[in-house]
Amino acid sequence: MEPGFLVVQALSGLASASSLFVIASGLTLVFGVTRIVNFAHGSFYMLGAYMAVTIVPWLLEFDRSPWLFFIGVLASAAVVGLLGVAMELLLLRRIYKVPELFQLLATFGVVLMVQDAVLKIWGPVDIAGPRAPGLRHGVYILDQRFPAYELFLIFVGPVVLGLLWLLMHRTRFGILIRAATRDREMVGALGVNQALLFTGTLFLGAFLAGLGGALQIPRVSASGQMDISIITEVFVVTVIGGMGSVTGAFLAALLIGQLQAFGVLIFPKITLVLVFLLMAAVLVVKPWGLLGRPEAAAGRAALPEGILHPAPFDHVGRLIALLAVAAVLVLPLFGDAYVMKVVTEVLVFALAAFSLNFLVGNGGIVSFGHAAYFGLGAYAAGLLVTRLGLPMEPALLAAPIAGGAFAALFGFFVVRLSGIYLAMLTLAFAQIAYAVCFQWVEVTGGDNGVVGVWPSAWASSRHVYLYLVAACSIGAILALRHVLYAPFGATLRAARDSEQRADAIGVDVRTHRWLGFTLAGAAAGLAGGLYAFSKGSIDPTLLSIPMSVDFLAMILLGGIQTVMGPLLGAAAFHAIKDAVMPLTDYWRFLLGAAIIALVLIFPRGLGGAYAALRARA
Amino acid sequence: MTDLTITRRAALAAGGGLAAASLVGLRAQGQATGAPIRIGELNSYSRMAAFSVPYRNAMQLAADTINRAGGVMGGRPLEFVFRDDGSAPGDAARVAEDLLTRENCAFLAGTFLSNVGLAVADLANQRRKLFVATEPLTDAITMAQGNRYTFRIRPSTYMQTRMLVEAARGKTQKRWAIVAPNYEYGQSAAANFKRLIGNSIPGVEIVAEQYPALGRVDAGATVGALLQARPDAIFNVLFGPDLTAFVREGNTRGLFERRFVLSLLTGEPEYMLPLGDECPEGWIVTGYPWEQVENAQHKAYVDAYRARFNDTPRKGSLLGYVTVQVIANLLNKANSTDSEALVEAFKDLRSDTVVGPVTMRGLDQQSTMGTWVGETVLRGRAGTMRNSRYVDGAEVMFPEEEVRAARRSA
Repeated sequence: MEPGFLVVQALSGLASASSLFVIASGLTLVFGVTRIVNFAHGSFYMLGAYMAVTIVPWLLEFDRSPWLFFIGVLASAAVVGLLGVAMELLLLRRIYKVPELFQLLATFGVVLMVQDAVLKIWGPVDIAGPRAPGLRHGVYILDQRFPAYELFLIFVGPVVLGLLWLLMHRTRFGILIRAATRDREMVGALGVNQALLFTGTLFLGAFLAGLGGALQIPRVSASGQMDISIITEVFVVTVIGGMGSVTGAFLAALLIGQLQAFGVLIFPKITLVLVFLLMAAVLVVKPWGLLGRPEAAAGRAALPEGILHPAPFDHVGRLIALLAVAAVLVLPLFGDAYVMKVVTEVLVFALAAFSLNFLVGNGGIVSFGHAAYFGLGAYAAGLLVTRLGLPMEPALLAAPIAGGAFAALFGFFVVRLSGIYLAMLTLAFAQIAYAVCFQWVEVTGGDNGVVGVWPSAWASSRHVYLYLVAACSIGAILALRHVLYAPFGATLRAARDSEQRADAIGVDVRTHRWLGFTLAGAAAGLAGGLYAFSKGSIDPTLLSIPMSVDFLAMILLGGIQTVMGPLLGAAAFHAIKDAVMPLTDYWRFLLGAAIIALVLIFPRGLGGAYAALRARA
Repeated sequence: MTDLTITRRAALAAGGGLAAASLVGLRAQGQATGAPIRIGELNSYSRMAAFSVPYRNAMQLAADTINRAGGVMGGRPLEFVFRDDGSAPGDAARVAEDLLTRENCAFLAGTFLSNVGLAVADLANQRRKLFVATEPLTDAITMAQGNRYTFRIRPSTYMQTRMLVEAARGKTQKRWAIVAPNYEYGQSAAANFKRLIGNSIPGVEIVAEQYPALGRVDAGATVGALLQARPDAIFNVLFGPDLTAFVREGNTRGLFERRFVLSLLTGEPEYMLPLGDECPEGWIVTGYPWEQVENAQHKAYVDAYRARFNDTPRKGSLLGYVTVQVIANLLNKANSTDSEALVEAFKDLRSDTVVGPVTMRGLDQQSTMGTWVGETVLRGRAGTMRNSRYVDGAEVMFPEEEVRAARRSA
């Protein structure tokens, strides 16, 4: 390869890295101060692009000068910053006290709402923005033509880094941001106005995301899918760099930019997974990212989020559980075909959600990639039936085995980490599994998936299949529940509450967590297998991030502090989705609004609300 | 209800009635009054709105036109129940069940994404209900995974790729580069291209292949990699936001200068409009130059569409309109909503549509609806096509023995 080409390809990588850094720096700042994993950061990026394709052409009508172009870009970013402030004031401020995971769910609700709001305001057609005046042309570098605008972008990243450094070291606001990133409670205890600090940080974070989006308009068109495609990449950058570290994000963005620029030459087909492989590798070697620090609060005895007192059923609880089971059993006698279908799905999701809460609520292991084990179970069952021609029964046995085996494999690395890094590693493994299912076309059928995964003849009627699912699902839930009350479950809770103390009394924390992770993976795998036979097909959406988020939404709606709450959450979430989807094309907006409303009204989930009601009674 | 009457009147005034009259011929005139025939139409109305909303609009227009002219099966109106398929096979399967069980739909139509289309097709096969797959492009739906109950309207990836490759006949470029989104549509378009291009240009060598992730093209790196391979010609499968980013980067860096480019779907208004004045010139593309189609029926539909929706038609609109015309013809022919009767009537059914006659080939249950092939050109600040020609799908379908082999193994 000639040197000119290598230089230009490296410059392309730098330009991408620079753009990525501008966006990622905002996310990492917001996380550092508020500890919120802001899913809506991608939405701010998208809004920045849409604002810019609206504002900039309007400004250029007056005069096609580069200055007006950049004023337009900054104005767009400022508008997005104000939207960030609005989100902080209207939503986040009300939920700082609720478990951190809830905030994540609320920001996901915002993502859904913004998607449909953008569709409504700007329409479904992609909008291409104007090119930057004066930077339309190409520049010759070693005989290769390179866009002038991208040369300019290369400088934006370091300039933003420099300005942020000045802000952090030379202003009181910046010093407070650094202090809050290091120890948020201490900053509060010292009398700093936290509300103002948080609002300011959200403005800065949203501004940077908006700036990142606005700067892209000469290169890409504004489209409704920008948010989701950027957010995972930005997560990867912030995690590799170390959450809360701006310099780390800069390094990580450089690394990823070059990896993609040269990765497409060597592995043109697996760019999808390359960044996640890098993230997994970095986290295995450096558990807090390149420049991140262990959480200051990690050693402190804080009240953990999750199941504190797993009370056994009281009389009322037992009655409700019996009624619920009875309702499922008599349903086929009365309900119509469609209701049976929905109840079958609810039972499947209930098992998946229960297994996730076994990790999150009981073990303190927050998995962002639980759909991986659900999906791998489905794939194992589906492939055995369609490729090897096995009947349903052995395939259903294979589903939990596959889910458990992969959970054991991935879990071996996952349980070495904690907190947000652990969550991100589960996400990385889930994305790797997703990419394998997506790309290994010969075996998995690629993104088309595999069809023809139908139950054996005896179970093919909706009635019988419902009973089969009910038996498997309720049986597995009862078994997991039993484990939760057994010494093993208590040990997991001890390890969650204080790793050091558990260790000191002789508990092998890692092994216990690993076994717990495997068990939950196996249960999710069984749920996946049951799901595949109810749908007749498997495809990569079963392992995708939205599926994992759905599971998280279910347990959060149900309440992660309660044992049986996730079942309620699964039913509620699925019922809401099923009810709003046929209503309007803008069902995502309604779903997002419903999620936010539930977070605001039931900050401890439906299960938590029930427990509070019982305690008062 | 007032809204409805006004829009109907507007459509009528604009000549929508004309298309209907020619469509149903001498059938009894007057509003259809019998029990409606309900058809469940599921599509990605939320996520793929740029395509699916014009598609739904045209379906409503066509259904209203037909109903006003007397409906189908001797006076029964067509009624479409539109539902979002959630853009995921799991959601789509549930919605399809809902349409069949609670909404009492006689059969299903629609879907956009190939994985959703395949999942619904398999469900239809399991439930023994007709499924008219309109938009999914994957070859599998009529080939290896084809089934008795699934019929596809739109020309498949293979057919459209073959149209382009035929258009390259007589060219001399030997060094080709391929750029395609990394999912089934892109992969199978690239595979079809590699298989077919040798027939048009002997001795072709593929010098570079780039498969950026869908919706996430790193345009700088991709264009750099293609330039490095120094191809004489490029086969492009990118569309949507990926295409805009790719074209802008390519224009600035001179990727398309003195290079012959074949590009799938680029001439469709859905993808051409966002390119604006950056639309490259001289690419050979498949698309839909609606303003250049000289055919009275088509003109009447375009006028009615523009009058009613105050928008220009898209490729989705055309597909929606043709689909309803084919379905109406099918119902008239079968004169029954029984699945088996519909399936038998659908095989080799010839329908007159706004694009001309469309036959549903019985062998693979793929319609002969074609598309336009032409050269991109800039007119003012927007791209369009010139020297375009409608290629009938019948000319570019899979060879019969290949279909038999593929469908036997299914």
